[in-house]
Formats: sequence, C-alpha cells, structure tokens
Amino acid sequence: MNSSRPISQLILCNIKASMREPEAIFWTYGFPLLMIVCLGIAFDTSAPQQQLVDVVDGLGSEQILEALSDDKQFRVFEGSEDEVLERLKRNRTQIVVKAAPDGSVEYFFDPTNPDARIARGIVDDTLQKAAGRADARPVTDETVTAPGSRYVDFLVPGLIGLNLMGGGMWGVGFSLVDMRIKKLLKRMLGTPMKRYQFLAAMVGTRALFFIPEAFALLLVAKLIFGVPIVGTIPAIILVAFCGMSAFAGLGLLAASRAQRIESISGIMNVVMLPMWLCSGVFFSNERFPAIMQPFIQALPLTQLINALRAVILEGQGIIDQAFPLIILAAWAGVTFLVALKIFRWN
Amino acid sequence: MDAVNGLDLIVEQGKCFGLLGPNGAGKTTTVEILEGLLEPTSGRIEILGRHWGQGYDDEIRQRIGMTLQETRFQDKLSVLEILRLFRSFYRNGIEPEEAISLVSLEEKSNAWVRELSGGQKQRLAVAVSLVGDPELLFLDEPTTGLDPQARRQLWDVISSLKERGRTILLTTHYMDEAEKLSDRIAIVDHGKVIALGSPRELIQQLGGDHVVEFSLERTSEQKAEVDNFLALSEVTHCVEELDEFHLTVQHPHLAIPALLAMTSERNWKLKHLTTRHANLEDIFVSLTGRHLRDE
Repeated sequence: MNSSRPISQLILCNIKASMREPEAIFWTYGFPLLMIVCLGIAFDTSAPQQQLVDVVDGLGSEQILEALSDDKQFRVFEGSEDEVLERLKRNRTQIVVKAAPDGSVEYFFDPTNPDARIARGIVDDTLQKAAGRADARPVTDETVTAPGSRYVDFLVPGLIGLNLMGGGMWGVGFSLVDMRIKKLLKRMLGTPMKRYQFLAAMVGTRALFFIPEAFALLLVAKLIFGVPIVGTIPAIILVAFCGMSAFAGLGLLAASRAQRIESISGIMNVVMLPMWLCSGVFFSNERFPAIMQPFIQALPLTQLINALRAVILEGQGIIDQAFPLIILAAWAGVTFLVALKIFRWN
Repeated sequence: MDAVNGLDLIVEQGKCFGLLGPNGAGKTTTVEILEGLLEPTSGRIEILGRHWGQGYDDEIRQRIGMTLQETRFQDKLSVLEILRLFRSFYRNGIEPEEAISLVSLEEKSNAWVRELSGGQKQRLAVAVSLVGDPELLFLDEPTTGLDPQARRQLWDVISSLKERGRTILLTTHYMDEAEKLSDRIAIVDHGKVIALGSPRELIQQLGGDHVVEFSLERTSEQKAEVDNFLALSEVTHCVEELDEFHLTVQHPHLAIPALLAMTSERNWKLKHLTTRHANLEDIFVSLTGRHLRDE
C-alpha cells in the first residue's frame, strides 16, 4: 500500500498544508506571473526606444533644437542651464546639450551609464549630419527582431530560474523553521521516522510544486509575448527538476540550524543575493570580469538559467546540457547530505 | 549546571508511574532523556530491555509513544490527516480511526487543528502517541494549561489506557493528577527524587491520613509555637503557614479534643478549625517547606 509509506505521507501532508494557504498560492503562482507581465511590458522592444535629450537655452540653441525636434528618436526638453543639469543629476534626462555662439557644442552625460553613451552617439551623429557632415561609407541597416533573440525571450527563462530559486528556498526554509518553532520536528524525532525520509520529502514536495509553476510561466510568456518554446517538454521538466532540487537542498541547509523566522530570512537573503546579481537573470553575466567567472559559473542559478535558455530557446537536448545538469545535481546532493548531518531537530 | 542529577527510577510494566514536582524540577529533562531525545552526560537507561545508541534505537522507537510539552501540529491539517501521517512511521500499530475513538475525538476527525480547543489539541497529541500501539507511553504534563473540565476528560482517557495494560510514565505538577492516575509516584525537586512510593505509602510517611487546620486569635500574651502542638501525642507533623497551623494526625477524634484542651488551658482563642484528608502537596511541603506551585 503506497499511501502508507512515510515519504508519500509526508509529501501529501506538505502539499495539503501548502495548498490550504491562499497567500502561499499567490506568492508561488500569482506573483511570478505578474512579474513576468510587468517586466515583459517594461522591456518590450517592439517600438524603438526614445532618447531623452535636454538642451540649454541660449545663443545657438535654436539650431540644435531644429535639428533634434524633427527626429522621432528624440524627446527634447529645453530649459535654463541650472534646470537641465539638475534634471541630469536626477536621471530625468540622459544627456544635456549646450551650444556656444561659435557653433561648438558641449555634451554633459554620465559615461558609466550605457544609455547615456548611446544617447551621446546618436545626438552627436544627428547634429554633425545637420551641420553638413557626409557619410564616408555607404551603409544599409537590416534590423533583426526575430522571436527568440529579443530581450523578453532572454528574460523569461531567467525569471523562471529566479522563481524556482525563490520557491525552493523559501518554501523549504520557512516551513522547516516553522515546524522547529512548533516543536513538531522534535516530536517527529520521537517516532521511528527516518531523518533522511523527512528531508527528502521536503525536497520532493518542492520538486512536485514547480511543475505547474514553471509551465504557467511558460504559457503566459508564449501567449502574451510570443516567446518561442523550441525545446521538448521532458527536457524542460528535467532541467527545472534538477534546478529545483538544488535550491530545495540549499533551503534545507539554510534552515538546518535556524531557530527563528528572522534568522532564516537573513540567511536566505545572503545566499540568494549573489545569484540575483550575478547569475544573468536580467542581463548577461558575461559583463562581469573574467576573474569572477569561475565563481559565477559555480552558482546553481547561473547553470539553471543557462540550461533553461539553451533548452527552451534553442531546443538543445539533455546531452548538450549535461554539464549544467551535473553541477545542479551536485549542489542538490551535497547540500542534502550536509543538511542531514548538521540538521537541528530540537 | 545539571538539570537532573542522580535520579534513579524503575517503572513497572503495566503500571502508571508519576513524576510529580514543581516547574523546573527536571521532570521534562528526565523524560526526554528516557525518550532518547536528549543525551545524558552519564548514567544508565534501560527501556524495554534496550539501551539508546546501541543500534536498537529504531526498535525502541517502534515500541514507545509520547506527548511532549507544547507540540503544535500543522494548523491546516485535519486530525485524521495528522494521525495517518504518524501512523505511517510505525511498522505495527492501530488504525488512525481507532486512535481517534480512544481519545473520543470522533466528531472532530475531519476538523483542522486550528479549529480544536486546547483540550482537544491535547487529546490529539495523546492519539498521536497511540498510533504505534506503544508498550510504553510518556505523557509530559498532558493537562497543563487546560480548564478543569478538559483535564477531567483527559484523565478519563489516561485511566482507560491504564485499564488496557499500557505502561505509562506521567509527569505533572498537579498533585491531584498524580494521586488520581499513578500507581507509584516519585516526587522530584531540583533534579533529585525526594520521595518515592504509592500515593498511599507517601501519605503514610507523614504519619497520618488527616490534616487539622486551625488559626488562633492574636490577643493572647503567650505566642503559640509549632513545638507546642508537636508535643500532643496524636500529632506527627506540624507546619505553620500564614498564621495557620496544619497538624497531621492519624485519629482526628482523639487529636481534636487534645488540641481543644491545650488551647483552653493556655487561654488561646481559636479563630477557625477544619479537617481534611492529607494529600501529596502536604508531603511536598513537609519535605521542602515550599508548595508545588509557588508563584
């Protein structure tokens, strides 16, 4: 009789208890969907982005306004020097253009901001052409915005990865600390239940929870933003399963000694922050210096997102993604064994 | 600091053994060591013929049941779901439904834990301790914090378990609970056993079954002392507490006339006088000078 096995009973109870928390359901399923819709709209690249340009009022500014105002690429604001520099400081514009009576031009912008550097290039190009500069080499632009290579396509696997991380770690961590506070862990220790069974059920519960979660996200991404799903469903499930197990294991480890909700929150945030920043959820992690790459590549979220992108967008198979899958499985195995060793039951 | 030090106990099969003592006496520590949840720094524990940590832990756990102090089960699981979960941990045991009927929670079997009253939650904890059909049952302060009616209901549950021949180790700081449920009692204080025996034997240690309580008017010039009353032949113990004297006596019909004769001879005026049966609290007071539940 399968339903009387400790592991299946433990998983059943975990799932029932979670399904009866409406808030948990919202944070697991509703919130990631909202996030994907909001970010998808914010980063929608179907209309070209406008450059925000401020022009200092004064002698020579009319010519500049004339050259920029006709062009739809620019959204121009005109004001006194003090006013527009203040706007630049507050990030309300990307670049300030100041003309001198002799026809020369001064640009004010933040070179560490990529958008400002782009704006400077486009503004300068437009002004030089208006002043009579001719292109030395003839050029034709072919724009490519095929599904699969847009920003939103890049974003969706990243968000799925992020969501698996959050779900795995918070789901496991909070319920364990809650059970420890209730002295339920101690009570279970007083039964013949095996310790590994209990911890494995914790991981198993999360692994079962993720399937509807990941597919709801993929479906929304496909229906609203036309994100292509090239890979096979079993491949996607396997990758997500390995990722979820790695994060559930990390959650187990994080919660293995915490006695209070406050301490588990702190530990979780410390563990997750590097992955939020470095694992390439919102932008490619190639931007980080080479010296950091071994560390970044070892993070489970990096490998999960890489594998998800390869499988979902490029249709790669399991064999191609063996390396990230092995790293994820190693995270799951090591965290589980260490947690089993150091776990505090009372 | 050791919570428990040099505590020797033998619990007989098929009997209820009570550990009675005030809060902080080391009862819970003792029980948790016996349950294998805490490791003793030294000493020997034999449970059902086995020792902890010698490869038989699983076998011991299959054969014991327990309620801990203040375990809270998941709020949003039902009584039946929790019992099914715990039943799955044991090789042999009783059906969850049977455990529910043993503690008379049939009406609540599909209710979530958060809908249960304090007494019902405690009965659920007892039911959980029974699903493995244990030979030895540990009940750690099962009625603490319950109202009198809920306590009496739980006493009925525990009495019926005794009738079924289960060995029970009960801790409590209620002397009436220990007296009603236990066949043998150890009174513990500061981690040591200070008295051991059946409730009857313990009370007989005082030298009498009855307590005469009285107080005197404060007008007289010669103050009454404990020693005055101990001189009476019928009196075996005397305690003075808040201007009231408690005499332990075997025969009130002989002791009271002697007491009245003494008071009139010395010109002491009685303010009031009552008699009652001696209880375990009197033992604790006579041994420690304190009450079980000193605020």
